[in-house]
Amino acid sequence: MEMTTQQNLTADFPTAAIPLLHDEQLRANVRHATDVIQEKRFVRTTEIPDWQPLRDAGQKIRAHVLANLDVYLEQFEARCSAAGGHVHWARDTAEANRIIAALAQNSTGRAIKIKSITTEELELNRALEAGGIQAIETDLAELIVQLGHDRPSHICVPALHKNRHQVRELFVREMNLPYLGDQPEDLTKAARLYLREKFLTTPVAISGANFLIAETGGVCIVESEGNGRMCLTLPQTLITIAGIEKVIPRFRDLDVLLQVLPRSATGERMNPYNSIWTGIYPNDGPREFHVVLLDNRRTEVLADPEGRETLQCIRCGACQNACPVYRQTGGHAYNSVYAGPIGAILTPQLASMQKGQSLPYASSLCGACYEVCPVKINIPEVLIHLRGKIVAAKPKPARAFDPEAIAMRAMQWIFQSETRLKLAQKFGRIAQRPFIRASGWIERLPGMLGGWTKSRDLRPLPPQSFREWFAQRNASRGRHD
Amino acid sequence: MTDALNARAEILGRIRSALGRDGSLPSAQQAWQAIPREYKLAGQLNPARRMDLFVDRLHDYGVHVTHCRSHAIAAAIAERFRARNKRTILVPREIDQTWLSEAEEDIHFLTDESLSYEQLDHCDGVLTGCVLGIAETGTLGISHGSANGRRALTLIPDYHLCVIDANSVMETVPEAFQALEAYKDRPITLISGPSATADIEMTRIQGVHGPRVLDVLIAG
Repeated sequence: MEMTTQQNLTADFPTAAIPLLHDEQLRANVRHATDVIQEKRFVRTTEIPDWQPLRDAGQKIRAHVLANLDVYLEQFEARCSAAGGHVHWARDTAEANRIIAALAQNSTGRAIKIKSITTEELELNRALEAGGIQAIETDLAELIVQLGHDRPSHICVPALHKNRHQVRELFVREMNLPYLGDQPEDLTKAARLYLREKFLTTPVAISGANFLIAETGGVCIVESEGNGRMCLTLPQTLITIAGIEKVIPRFRDLDVLLQVLPRSATGERMNPYNSIWTGIYPNDGPREFHVVLLDNRRTEVLADPEGRETLQCIRCGACQNACPVYRQTGGHAYNSVYAGPIGAILTPQLASMQKGQSLPYASSLCGACYEVCPVKINIPEVLIHLRGKIVAAKPKPARAFDPEAIAMRAMQWIFQSETRLKLAQKFGRIAQRPFIRASGWIERLPGMLGGWTKSRDLRPLPPQSFREWFAQRNASRGRHD
Repeated sequence: MTDALNARAEILGRIRSALGRDGSLPSAQQAWQAIPREYKLAGQLNPARRMDLFVDRLHDYGVHVTHCRSHAIAAAIAERFRARNKRTILVPREIDQTWLSEAEEDIHFLTDESLSYEQLDHCDGVLTGCVLGIAETGTLGISHGSANGRRALTLIPDYHLCVIDANSVMETVPEAFQALEAYKDRPITLISGPSATADIEMTRIQGVHGPRVLDVLIAG
């Protein structure tokens, strides 16, 4: 049984994180993958002189889209339809699943899929199965996740929590290849052979979209393996599902977005394949093309002026790689298809703040996510905004007796006076003694304070405060200065 | 259909109320034009340096690059296929026929007359041109249809030889998108190296579902 499948899928972040923090293999895999991508991203964003102006333009383009979303969606619909595409609108996941399941019906009972986090949001594969259609994931990482009955843990590299040995075991079992090697080359080749015939014979494909181009009615898909091109070129029917925020104004805007996305996502100057197509063409590609535009509460996010920028996201995953919390736990602790900093702000908003309320707290507010975001989403600011909303939504009496609220009031009282602060520090240094472990860390605090150490270790108060150190330093050097 | 119409009206209505206005296209157009674009639009390198950069970036992706004079394309193509030991080569219907003139009995060119996917799968490789190259990213821009063929041609075979006119190499991505405006109603594929994945332990593996080997012949 996989660790991840045993997890409690309704647990809040600190609870869900505990078993993951004890999974050394998982943590090593996540650490390695995020280190590699971060390093590559750093090289690729510093080798060009105009990275910051590109981010500025990316942010402006995406914010402009949101401010004119109705205009651009209508334009996209008109142009796509004129080019032979069919545009559908879905208010929620149930409606989207109904539309797609009906369109995907075919005699083989199968549909091939390009990696799409939006279809994870829909839980589309389950809906298709209920409609008698078996969805086949064709992205290597998604295939690993699907064959392992696992869940994706990263936007760009959904199986980064698995190492080569774990992938080999899975392929040996699921593809019946007892003599398969464990080199990434062997595993990639196995996936190629496994999927080849499916690409050539499956009549229906389902994709997400990186960008919908309002000006032309075109769609752009960014990928590396060629599985995307297979899906959007070979089948007779192609169904593309996209959140309404995926639209961009003009073809030309790709000159910014196709620079910032690959450099941020995988640390490449350009990813191997970008496909752009508009509707259908005679003798080239599918004969039937559908686009499903999904709301699923994106309009609620749009209505909140302080949360709106969340929808600027172009799904590069850079914030996940940079986040000190994600790097410890991996994606599964978020219990959400959108993990990491972007997930911490997107998930609760897409659930009208009824789910994922612990996620805005799964952050140290260090700002690393904002710094790497290619479209400059101020994630820490949105996190604080959402924390405010969560606190405000609590009933007043509960708020008064909330341990955090009590602690904050006590802190406020202490910080108001230097004497009180000094006393509190002295008291703290004595009181903490029994809790400091041999490792030098506090691993468990008693009583109400225990909430803090449930999923994190704590540095003890240092033997000397800054003020004490400063006063002592001045006393010893005073006369010479 | 009323349900579908309702969904459309409802979503657009929600957007308009979220934005607190009724949008009109002219204002969106003006706002779009006002977006500051202070990133590098045009390149600064001379043609020789630009070409060096392009070749360097292609090498970075593991692409084999050869050069030839414009009048010697056919010979260079034939030589490449022999070097790779590729015998049955797929070509788009409207390919420049002079490119094929130096092949002898050892190379068989198969013209794409609505071939089945299985037939494409059984070819050793494919030969196409492209409309432009991007030096900064080592990218080939293919506009499908006409001389570059339909999309499946450069996808299913395991080997792709792409011929590019040296004069069509641009330095920057924005320059390329300006040039691609002319093709934006056709399918476009931007290709940067052979298909690849880094999904297993972030180890880059070349050759997944698209062509596993990509050669570029620069003419001019």
